[in-house]
Amino acid sequence: MDLNLSDEQRLLRESAERFVAESYDADHRRRMANDPLGFSPVVWKQFAELGWLALPIPEQFDGLGGGPVEIGILMEAFGRGLVSEPYLATVVLGAALIDKCGSTAQRQASLPKIADGSLKLAFAHSERAARFDLGRVATSATKTAQGWRLAGSKMAVLDGHAADEIIVSAHLHDHRGPSGRIGLFPVPATAPGLSITDYQRLGGGRGCNIQLSDVHLPDDALLGDGQDALPAIEWAVDRAMAALGAEAVGIMQTLLDTTLEYTKIRKQFGRSLSANQVIRHRLADMAIQVDEARSMALRAALKADSAPVERARAASAAKAKIGKCARFVGEQSIQLHGGMGVTEELEVGAYFKRIVAFDTLFGGSAHHYARHAQLGRATASA
Amino acid sequence: MDLSFNAEERAFQSEVRSFIADNLTEEMKRATALTPSVFSDPPIGMAWQRALHSRGWGAPGWPVEHGGPDWTPAQRWIFESECARAGVPNVNVMGVKMVGPVIIGFGSPEQKNFYLPRILSGEDYWCQGYSEPGSGSDLSSLKTRAVRDGDDYIINGTKIWTTHAHHANRMFALVRTGDGPRQQDGISFILIDMKTPGITTRPILTIGGDHEVNQVFFDDVRVPVANRVGEEGKGWTYGKYLLEFERGSGIASAKLREGLRAITELAESDLTGRAIDSSDIATRISEVEIDIDALEMTELRVLSALQTGQNPGAVSSILKLRNSEIRQAVTRLGVDVIGHDALAVEPMRPLYKLNHEPALPEDMLTVVPEYLNGRAYTIFGGTSEIQRDIIAKMMLGI
Repeated sequence: MDLNLSDEQRLLRESAERFVAESYDADHRRRMANDPLGFSPVVWKQFAELGWLALPIPEQFDGLGGGPVEIGILMEAFGRGLVSEPYLATVVLGAALIDKCGSTAQRQASLPKIADGSLKLAFAHSERAARFDLGRVATSATKTAQGWRLAGSKMAVLDGHAADEIIVSAHLHDHRGPSGRIGLFPVPATAPGLSITDYQRLGGGRGCNIQLSDVHLPDDALLGDGQDALPAIEWAVDRAMAALGAEAVGIMQTLLDTTLEYTKIRKQFGRSLSANQVIRHRLADMAIQVDEARSMALRAALKADSAPVERARAASAAKAKIGKCARFVGEQSIQLHGGMGVTEELEVGAYFKRIVAFDTLFGGSAHHYARHAQLGRATASA
Repeated sequence: MDLSFNAEERAFQSEVRSFIADNLTEEMKRATALTPSVFSDPPIGMAWQRALHSRGWGAPGWPVEHGGPDWTPAQRWIFESECARAGVPNVNVMGVKMVGPVIIGFGSPEQKNFYLPRILSGEDYWCQGYSEPGSGSDLSSLKTRAVRDGDDYIINGTKIWTTHAHHANRMFALVRTGDGPRQQDGISFILIDMKTPGITTRPILTIGGDHEVNQVFFDDVRVPVANRVGEEGKGWTYGKYLLEFERGSGIASAKLREGLRAITELAESDLTGRAIDSSDIATRISEVEIDIDALEMTELRVLSALQTGQNPGAVSSILKLRNSEIRQAVTRLGVDVIGHDALAVEPMRPLYKLNHEPALPEDMLTVVPEYLNGRAYTIFGGTSEIQRDIIAKMMLGI
């Protein structure tokens, strides 16, 4: 049992924190919010040079072989600066799915390119009717003489507009009809029949809705050998939730620091706001919740490769608890900043919006408390 | 990083498990499960203390030269967790975890030689004389006075919330021996034989129906000056040192988990009409379980820091605050789980010696009293409000 950072992990944290502190200020964030791409290709190249894109990729595919704890260290630093580069979409989700489901040839074709920054990915899975149910996929992939034909629509695809390939999940159909198995297909952004409608995403970055109208793909476009990809999708989304939890911790820490500073400087009735016990206790509660969130994000990362139920319970526990804590810290940060907290003139609102986006992605607290309870009862009756 | 224990630590874990299996009697186990207050009935608690002592584990936190087992922080965590899981009795915490460390840190060689072995063996049973009717959170405003008369102090005043004063043969107390510019000045730390003439004890029943705390009165009680620990007037320093121990050794999650497990079992039982089938109850069980997960991770993070000699800082206030709040959440959940059985009151104590058929199933006997008595968790050992003051000051610098 040892939860101290190793020397390498400490160096990673220091370099990530330094990079974010130097490169991300309010001006940069405002520029990116109005940028059609939503992030900076120059910064993406720096990510590659720093080795961050290679971080979780196995060494045999030119990666660094890092794990969820290292990803969490990076993501926490990203949260402190509201980094908008498509790291979650490309590295945390995209690379993980290809590594988990792809054949050796498919992994060899993609993973080194992700590591060197020349391949950006997105993951198109969510559908309107499914809400947060990962197992419900109506988009179909039908076997044809030439390969596959994909049809359907996807929503909330993170950074899909910037991706070179979009990994689309689809229900596999053969000549007998639906097979009951889900497959994953990396679809080139230029594929005929693929249409992308992108939008400015709440809290930074961009998102899109995707329409697949008879997109034809070759036989070998399917990742792996046609086994049901749902367990891999659940595994990857649990990892993404651990990573997002760490990012939320960074966001919360910045909000706490900023709000604490403000309550010391702001004077009302002849004294600092922080001289009032009601304010000090509120800040103490915020500090406690930041600490609890930090514990839960680390826990989910450390259990990201545990047996499925244990892993999923840890991921849902983190998502539920951090979502609750983050909403509290975000809302109280605005409250303690008073009227100014509700304006675009301060950055508190930008951090708060990223928290709302975090809590929504892959299902909010209520969804994950319920998932945790269901998984627990499944274990108890097993 | 690694969340699992290494081979050596796992070996220690099985050593603890087999010790518990060999020494924890059915009576101890049942008595502990049927205790709706914090402390075990002394015959039960002290029998367990003797078992621990004979194994050399009587005082886990003490240095080796005074009889401590020389455990690493990880070993202490494993020991405390295994004890909680097995449901072992509470020992005399006021002796082992409170006055013991103070005597070790500040006592004279004579005091160490006399008192420490008697704490280890269970021969002495201690109570804590801190709070007074007029001094709760503002502890240093205490008024019980000790006036020097030759080789004695003569003590007059009263102490309150004195846990197990009616069982204890010794008390450690903070008394006023002088007055200084600050109210913290002039306080001394003194050891009192409870059989000294002039001491009377009044029981105070808590709302769960338990007699655990008391008010103690001192009328011209003569205590030798030799019973003072450390310097005269420096008692506040020693007393605060002790409070850090009282706020917990940072190992509470295992006990909370055990409490939640018992409530979950009730919720899954036909006795409650399977309360867990209500999605509200199921989700609330998850909520509490996740809060325990977070607390456990924080404990392990603190432990990791301690292992490498780092100082975890004000996080002990976070642990105390969250432990008390989660404990209350567990007991509140318990009341909701047992439904109509919450209406039945069983006034007999101790519950493990009940000699009639109770109106509700035995597994439910402690549920309501634990909830009621448990309101005290966020009050004793520094209220939640005081803990928030400490967090704001120590962690946030305001």
